[in-house]
Amino acid sequence: MSIDFLVAVIITVVGASTPILFAGLGELVTEKSGVLNLGVEGMMLIGAIAAFATVDITGNPWLAVVMAAAAGALISMVFAVLTLSLSANQVATGLALTIFGTGLSTLIGNGFTGRAIKTFDTIFPDVLAKDPFWKVIFGYSPLVYFSFIMVALVAWFLSRTRPGLILRAVGENDVSAHSIGYSVIRVRYAAVAFGGAMAGIGGATFPLVLTPLWAEGLTGGRGWIAIALVVFAGWRPVWLLGGAYFFGLLSTFELYAKASGASWTAILPSEAWAALPYLATVVVLAVISVSKRAGGNAPACLGKPFIPSA
Amino acid sequence: MNMNRRRFVQAAATTAIAAALPIIHTRSAFAADPLKIGYVYVGPINDGGWNTAHEAARQEMLKALGDKVTSVYVENVPEGPDSERVIRDLANQGCGLIFGTSFGYMDSLMKVAKDFPNIKFEMCTGFKHAPNVANYNIRFHEGRSVIGTIAGMLTKTNVGGYLATFPVPEVVSGINSFQLAAQKVNPKFRTKVIWINTWFDPAKEADAARALIDQGADVMTQHTDSPAAVQVCEQKGIPTFGQGADQSQFAPTMCKTSTEDQWGPFYTQAAKAVLDGTWKAQDEYWGMKEGAIKMAPITHVPDDVKAAAEKVISGWMDGSYNCYAGPIKDQSGAVKVPAGSVLSNDDILGLNWLVDGVDGKIS
Amino acid sequence: MKLKLEKRAEPSALMLYATPVGAVILTMIVGAIIFSVIGYNGLGAVYEVFIAPVATSYKWQDIAIKASPLILIGVGLAVGNRAAIWNIGAEGQYVVGALAGTGVGLLTQNATGPWILPLMLLAGIAGGAAWGAIPALLRNRFHVNETLSSLMMTYVAIHLMNYLVAGPWKDPTGFSFPQTPLVTADQSLPDIIPGTQIHLGVLLTLVIALAMAVLMARSVFGFQVRVVGSAPHAARHGGFSEKQTVWLVFLLSGGLAGLAGIFEVTGPFEQMSLGFPQNYGFTAIIVAFLGRLNPIGVIIAGVVLAITYVGGDMAQSALQLPNASKGIFQAMMLFFLLASDILIRYRVRLVSQAAPAAQPATAKSAA
Repeated sequence: MSIDFLVAVIITVVGASTPILFAGLGELVTEKSGVLNLGVEGMMLIGAIAAFATVDITGNPWLAVVMAAAAGALISMVFAVLTLSLSANQVATGLALTIFGTGLSTLIGNGFTGRAIKTFDTIFPDVLAKDPFWKVIFGYSPLVYFSFIMVALVAWFLSRTRPGLILRAVGENDVSAHSIGYSVIRVRYAAVAFGGAMAGIGGATFPLVLTPLWAEGLTGGRGWIAIALVVFAGWRPVWLLGGAYFFGLLSTFELYAKASGASWTAILPSEAWAALPYLATVVVLAVISVSKRAGGNAPACLGKPFIPSA
Repeated sequence: MNMNRRRFVQAAATTAIAAALPIIHTRSAFAADPLKIGYVYVGPINDGGWNTAHEAARQEMLKALGDKVTSVYVENVPEGPDSERVIRDLANQGCGLIFGTSFGYMDSLMKVAKDFPNIKFEMCTGFKHAPNVANYNIRFHEGRSVIGTIAGMLTKTNVGGYLATFPVPEVVSGINSFQLAAQKVNPKFRTKVIWINTWFDPAKEADAARALIDQGADVMTQHTDSPAAVQVCEQKGIPTFGQGADQSQFAPTMCKTSTEDQWGPFYTQAAKAVLDGTWKAQDEYWGMKEGAIKMAPITHVPDDVKAAAEKVISGWMDGSYNCYAGPIKDQSGAVKVPAGSVLSNDDILGLNWLVDGVDGKIS
Repeated sequence: MKLKLEKRAEPSALMLYATPVGAVILTMIVGAIIFSVIGYNGLGAVYEVFIAPVATSYKWQDIAIKASPLILIGVGLAVGNRAAIWNIGAEGQYVVGALAGTGVGLLTQNATGPWILPLMLLAGIAGGAAWGAIPALLRNRFHVNETLSSLMMTYVAIHLMNYLVAGPWKDPTGFSFPQTPLVTADQSLPDIIPGTQIHLGVLLTLVIALAMAVLMARSVFGFQVRVVGSAPHAARHGGFSEKQTVWLVFLLSGGLAGLAGIFEVTGPFEQMSLGFPQNYGFTAIIVAFLGRLNPIGVIIAGVVLAITYVGGDMAQSALQLPNASKGIFQAMMLFFLLASDILIRYRVRLVSQAAPAAQPATAKSAA
């Protein structure tokens, strides 16, 4: 196995991992505040079409990232108003959001299919970014570096800052957080909006990094993988990074194995590879539920509505 | 306050009903002239591939026949019971001719056809027969052999990549004709196949294309519905080809040509036949000669490559070229088509083996 | 002046039933406006999606066929949601039920006899229940959140199906297309109304839904489910085991989803293919909520959703309305319903900001 080949594989894995890393990171923060938003796939699609439309119209991929985040956050507010202000059921609202986002993105996207866009150039000088070896570090889209920064930021925010502490407190025990005087609803609004923005950017990764085109259902169900990823990582940001790359490796490994024509690829059918992230997540769920170690638990209030008794 | 709200709900309900009333209409069911023609599409009409080609052909037919025909289409119809519902609806709406444009509609279409013996049905890529059902198809392999010729001449590594969905005959035939045409101009050529086992997932298509290229393929083609793989080839500087429609906008320098499905001439002919009362339940399998498959302009290739490709095209037109002329061996080395004979249409439409020189198994 | 929410002493029965109707009507109004704004015939769209299917008699059978799986899965989910047990993996249970039944079908391809179809249906129920048992077991044994585990198992089920349908169970005479052989005559649900496609499964669905209505209203099980859902502490004191309820709920809703799956195989689909999962299991969650978690309500809600599916196709051929529109209508309907839910437990009042203090007492006496 040559170095060039290894570099190429790593670049593909990074591409496959980045969208679920973004979306998973947003969902992690949302869930940490005690809210389960199953609308990730819908928010990703809204982000994807917002990004594509922005580049198609303005030619500016940086603006596209901003617009995707804004669109994701905006659409997540439908969810927030229903579940937080009107205490509607989170599961049903999240599913409805996915249906809505899928439909709306298709409707908006009708005018954008069959078109190609130009996206980011690499941000490092060509000496590094186009070097056959060093591109493994310097050759990515700016969004990839941004995803790493966001992991660090979220990890720092949740564990080291006061607002992060409040957010976790709200997710662990909303009643006592409320009684100390924190606005549970306001914190959760912010967390849902952040989740929407990150899902939007995750969706934007498709047209901006992976496939510079628009097609109906472009994200291909990766919103659900992102939800699995949060659980798989035990609600820990750094583990989420590892998990995203593990899932990304699983999905590309199979393709490389097939392309190599190696006979051992027949051991597992490709559907088994595709099902592995979900199976692994169920196993992890069971393990962390049994071992109850600190930091690896579902937020205690996950999915439960909070109705302030004024 | 309570009363007010109740009154508001009531008022809203009345408004909605009143608003709906003026537009309640009876569906026009008179089936006299003009001939109403229904189309059922499996995806969105702007997918830039399969369905776009059918929709363009429908427009072409409408233009050719003018006010003698009217037409409706339904897009995004899943295969299975939904398609039966849609086809039945088109029949009930007074269509005199209905085109099912995806293989998976075949059984639904056969069922509806039985209940509407006076309506003519045309089934794209199908193989079942009834007095009012005919099948039509395009000899896609003719276009694939042009691509294969170009690929065989452009490659340096002698490895071509082929991105495929499922091993259905049409896809298998595409791979075989690509390899056969390529090895005719380059005996060392081999084709590496990845089956992605999904009809549509652009991100996976792109990843699979990267995997093929990283494993040494320096020319590539795909049998998938999105142009994702074509875009990857442009980024990586790998010659590639569009399928279904001209996809050069996705790879301006690397897309050397595209196979364009031209269903228009057939749609016009079938509609004319129904209008004239000469329609027969007869299968049609058209190629370049009938204008059913066309190559987009061949660009960004050396002159000798372009000349060779154009010779293949004219060869199909005048009958002097056939990629399925023997001798042809399968992957195990067994002779499937002896020298001097040619693979029959029925064999092409039922292909389930890959030719020698293809790496990758039919799962 | 400002809007204020006041808790009702008792949930409003009027609002419970008025809000779903209101949500549908509001969807029609807002839908008409939105689609007009983006350049379609908005009123026409609403007419085609919601009214044309009902006004066109030959579409009734399509509505019945499309509503059937939604209702069958929906009544099962309604029971679980009543008990505050969240099975969102009905789609997976539907698929595995269909697979189990199809497995029996493949073994009996060359057999004849009236026993084949019932055996397939039983296998369907067993398959769905078995898949539903996984999240139940995980919750009871390991305290695993059943919402997440049942969702994950859905995708495992779909990949399992993809493998079987494109691999070992592929129709050997089907030109390698990823689909199983067509069901034989003895494996098909008979049509019950001559000249239509309405099959026995539609009738059985209706019978089961009505039976569930009686079960929920009259039986100890129905009581148990409601108590566990609304007052878990009281349930424990009353001797109802939460674990037992989890088992019952998942086996029941999984079994019904599995039955819906095999009904689709032996009825409209006649085989399994990659397009078999139609999101009925997810849509049924909407149906359960729209139907107020009440089996009779679920029947009505299932019909309403089915109308939007059938109407969505009609709107396409009549107005060239994009296919994506029906998803938007369906989601809006649920959004409005969920938003109006609060009216059941609360009332909205305009209060003057000057004197808010006296209000709660009045509210109580009024209720």
